[in-house]
Amino acid sequence: MNEIRILSPTGVCGSGFLESSFEKALALRPHFIGCDAGSTDPGPSHLGTGEAAFPRAAVKRDLRLMLKGARRIGVPLLIGSAGTAGGDPHVEWFCDIVKEIAHEEALAFRLAVVHAQQDKTYLKKRLREGRIKPLDPAPPFEEATIDRSACIVGMMGAEPFMRALELGADVVVAGRASDCAIFAAMPVMRDFSEGIAWHAAKILECGAAAVVNRRTPDCMFAWVREDHFIVEAPDETLMCTPQSIASHSLYENADPFRLIESSGTLDLTESRYEQHGERAVKVSGSRFLPAPRYTVKLEGAEKAGYQSIVIGSVRDPFIIRQIDDWTGRLTERIHARVNQVYGETLKRADYVVHIRVYGKNGTMGPLEPVKEIRSHELCLIIEITAPTQEIASSIAGIVRHQGLHLPIPEWSGLITALACPYNPAHLDRGAVYRFNVNHVVEPDDPLEMFRTRWYAVEGALFEEIPE
Amino acid sequence: MTMLAELARLIRSKNAGPFELTFDVMFEDAARYERVKRSGALTREAVAQRYGLSPERVKFFYCDNALAVKATIPRPAVQGDLYDADGHGGQQYAPLMDIEIP
Repeated sequence: MNEIRILSPTGVCGSGFLESSFEKALALRPHFIGCDAGSTDPGPSHLGTGEAAFPRAAVKRDLRLMLKGARRIGVPLLIGSAGTAGGDPHVEWFCDIVKEIAHEEALAFRLAVVHAQQDKTYLKKRLREGRIKPLDPAPPFEEATIDRSACIVGMMGAEPFMRALELGADVVVAGRASDCAIFAAMPVMRDFSEGIAWHAAKILECGAAAVVNRRTPDCMFAWVREDHFIVEAPDETLMCTPQSIASHSLYENADPFRLIESSGTLDLTESRYEQHGERAVKVSGSRFLPAPRYTVKLEGAEKAGYQSIVIGSVRDPFIIRQIDDWTGRLTERIHARVNQVYGETLKRADYVVHIRVYGKNGTMGPLEPVKEIRSHELCLIIEITAPTQEIASSIAGIVRHQGLHLPIPEWSGLITALACPYNPAHLDRGAVYRFNVNHVVEPDDPLEMFRTRWYAVEGALFEEIPE
Repeated sequence: MTMLAELARLIRSKNAGPFELTFDVMFEDAARYERVKRSGALTREAVAQRYGLSPERVKFFYCDNALAVKATIPRPAVQGDLYDADGHGGQQYAPLMDIEIP
């Protein structure tokens, strides 16, 4: 039967999977192994600082099994969104782990490294040409945004993976990539139905997340065929049902029926889900509508400032019953003292004082529908964001002292209003970042934003080679 | 009247990218799903009202084959930005739990 068998060891490289499931899946002879290694879900700091969200040792454990397994059965290993955010520092960090494993395990392979970090001059050119378009909702995106950004990546589609496979890559380490593109590339390249290929990819990219009873991150396996695909978890205790597979298209998606990719839209409105044997599900009817214009989604992060926080709690019911007033007065006191200390050198607009009140509306802020609280204690996180760490730390010092002794009318005499569990009372958080773009680029060619470098890897040898 | 939380097997919220927040209300069986769907109590307007939005800012779906109702709203603060309090968007669903289902 004409089919492509695909193994997805886990939803994110570094989150783990059972070695027993992985071995069972290898015995099913997959045509390739794919694994997503990133997301925006851990937040903007990873894109901003270049640091990965998962520990190096955890990524190395997963990657070692995948590399050894792929080489043992002689099939490609495709990794997307290396190092969480998929920028150049993340890809470099990830490749360093690949290099170390190859050396330790004496592995030999042809490695394609696809870069997704975007050149600022290129982006400015496309912006001037009107070929960067906002999604909804989107912050403003201007040349100044590009200049301010610590890092902007493009989310690659399936094409860079296809090209690497055509040119004989054994291992592909890609920067930021559509999670689904990792898994759709080979079936689409071999002319399988795009609707079936992309839908299978959507289920696979989260590993075993689509089973009924997932206890721990684990492997998922799919058989992609002409007009359907079958999906099953290699671990015999895990079960897929039509409902569990259909439900998976809801997770972290804005629209459960239409999933937008660079080259088109996966349309699930006509998808059919049927139980296949005891633990597998057969899916058919999914369609892929090619986009009139190829687009590449951008993700960018810029520094929002440097932060220090003070954590303190309040137990006095007199303070609790007037907490909004108290925090309002505290904020004004902080501003007044900052003005005494810094004068004209630090304006009020240059720094932010934000007080989170846990026990009241810390989780939902202004959207919290419960207005009357009955908490007998409250936790305050008083957060200072400023242009330098030194200023943020200094203001946090002011916060501690002002907060401790801010009076209330019920008591006369000097009070101590905040219980501080940590000493020093403030914590420096370093640079903090924000996402600053939700736009797409219209390139001339799906490959133009993603350059690939090739390496010959053989044990300790790691040598760049021509394409 | 029954609370939505008593009929659903799972009510959850999560980021749908850094700029949107999505809610899934999932049911164990078709009977409970259909009861909620037909009740007219869990609607685009009901979600909009609970999150202080106009209804056209809410994407709203009935997903029959998943036995689920889904809504997506613009994130109140962009994920990870200064005033965001929930980086993964995971604890924003509580206002949906006590929707009364006839």
